[in-house]
Amino acid sequence: MLRQLKHAFVPVALALFAALGPFVLEPFSLVNLSAFSAMAIAVLGLALVWGTLGVLNLGHSAFFGLGAYGYAIAVSNLGDSTLALLIGIALPAAFSLILGYFLFFSRLGDVYLGVITLCVTLIFYSFMTSTADPSFRIGSVPLGGFNGITAIPPLNMPGEPQTSLSVEATFSICLLALAAVYIVLSFVRASNAGRIMAAIRESELRSELLGYDIRFYKLVGFGLSAAIAGLGGALYTAVMGFVSPNVFDLSQASQFLLWVIAGGLGTYVGPMIASFGFQFLSSQLGANQTFNTELIFGATILLFVLLAPQGILPTIQRIADLPFLRRSGTLRRKEKPA
Amino acid sequence: MDQFVILCFTVVNSVALLVLVSLGLAVIFGMMRVINFAHGEFIMLGGYTTVIATHAGINLWLSMLIVAPIVVGLIGAVVERLIIRRLYGHLVTTMLATWGLSLFLIGVVTAIFGNTTMGVSAPLGNIPVGAYSIGAYQLLLSAITALLVVCSLLALRWTKYGLIARAAIQNSEMAATLGINCDRAYAATFIVGAAISGLAGALLAPISGVLPHMGSAYVARAFVTVISGGGALITGFLSAAAILGPVEALLSYFATPVVGQASLLLLAVIILRLLPTGVSSLWTGAR
Repeated sequence: MLRQLKHAFVPVALALFAALGPFVLEPFSLVNLSAFSAMAIAVLGLALVWGTLGVLNLGHSAFFGLGAYGYAIAVSNLGDSTLALLIGIALPAAFSLILGYFLFFSRLGDVYLGVITLCVTLIFYSFMTSTADPSFRIGSVPLGGFNGITAIPPLNMPGEPQTSLSVEATFSICLLALAAVYIVLSFVRASNAGRIMAAIRESELRSELLGYDIRFYKLVGFGLSAAIAGLGGALYTAVMGFVSPNVFDLSQASQFLLWVIAGGLGTYVGPMIASFGFQFLSSQLGANQTFNTELIFGATILLFVLLAPQGILPTIQRIADLPFLRRSGTLRRKEKPA
Repeated sequence: MDQFVILCFTVVNSVALLVLVSLGLAVIFGMMRVINFAHGEFIMLGGYTTVIATHAGINLWLSMLIVAPIVVGLIGAVVERLIIRRLYGHLVTTMLATWGLSLFLIGVVTAIFGNTTMGVSAPLGNIPVGAYSIGAYQLLLSAITALLVVCSLLALRWTKYGLIARAAIQNSEMAATLGINCDRAYAATFIVGAAISGLAGALLAPISGVLPHMGSAYVARAFVTVISGGGALITGFLSAAAILGPVEALLSYFATPVVGQASLLLLAVIILRLLPTGVSSLWTGAR
């Protein structure tokens, strides 16, 4: 009973915040927090595929970007955001299944997988930057090259394209979506499939010898993570109103990774906290213009890898050994000698 | 006919460039199984060293061929000492650490030099081929690359250092038992790899210009080449470059450079689907 309550804590807190936020916060903070939540959704996808399944996907931003572009193109053409959101989820999911078939069924190792997924997102980046010519258009939407797509309609009432949702409603939707994704992932982790995924992370060979088709589970986890990233990308675009090829670039990809390492591999709460923390930090740094954000991020990744390789949450737990932070789901990160 | 010559030259040049930007990575990855994500930034630092040294009045050739490799090699020594040494054997962790390093170096260079392109003018002139012309410097670049590859092959095969390095990789425990200092062999390998990357950046500086983010333009291609090459260190990645280079060159020529680059990456994905341990598994039998 107590364990179930503990799992309910995060979504309940998010739901409460979604309900109360609009009454206490200014619109500017609401927009910011909506964007932060969209990013947090996307990072949960990586936390699943990397933390639970042990598949290092360096190109998670490819799925985020596909979701963002998919939503942008669909909503600008259709006018209605509900179907566009679904397209923003389905497009990266479909793409990830095709890519995942190539990757997992050739049994590529960690490094190879990481490099190829990274290449894929870089292909998207260079393709999208080269679409400045007006002839690159899908439906009525020019892709816009470096400038990307602008003036993207916000979310609207399902079936009523004329009624755009307010900033407050969008904020609530983003936070509730985050809570929903968290609940889904918690269920996945507690399910049989989730246990098998964790087993695959701990030892692929043993899982396979036990009769599990690891390629299939990896493909499913990969697809689910891509769908989640797509949802994050679509919501982010809906909140911000524009999308540019930068969603595919290296720094975007590294931020997702940073949040997962910093938050703690194998947990879901950790990456969420880290994503909010670092986005807040980065918006403050961006406002100040005193520090070079890349320098800070690079140094932070280095420090985490060298000093706290297990991430914030597990490290605090280990140092302080606080009973209320002790979690059953936190496992040691996988390390294999080369 | 002239156009054919130009096309051949483009292909050769493209393969040479691919080899040049990948060699440093191949040395570090192939020998030490360390994925160095800061490889592109080593190239970038080589470029900056050349530009700065040239502006300081040092002869261009001297700053390209001598100063840049030494400076980047020294930086590599510091990096090995502070970061890589602590992480040997943890492939994924090294990857993340060098990624952090890559961002950090980009940040530092941007903070110092600003986000603008610096450059030196390309030496040598053009060689006329009928109605077209070939950059003599590009031709020299291919020659230097070939020389570099031959040197590395010879160094690995025939020198005492090469023997020690190969021993330390194949079985570090036994090599240590035989009195070889493996830590030092690894450090030396990393430094050599960094120096070669620095040299590559230096040689690229006149034709591409240097800016803080230039590394990312090469790093993906370098990785893809080295990884599709597979286990056999030099021959593997040479053959991968020989397959990928022409595809990129021809598609860039007949379509656009973006198509060329995308098809290079795509082809690599297909190669790895068919030969999961790289091209060299065809003749080493390591499947």
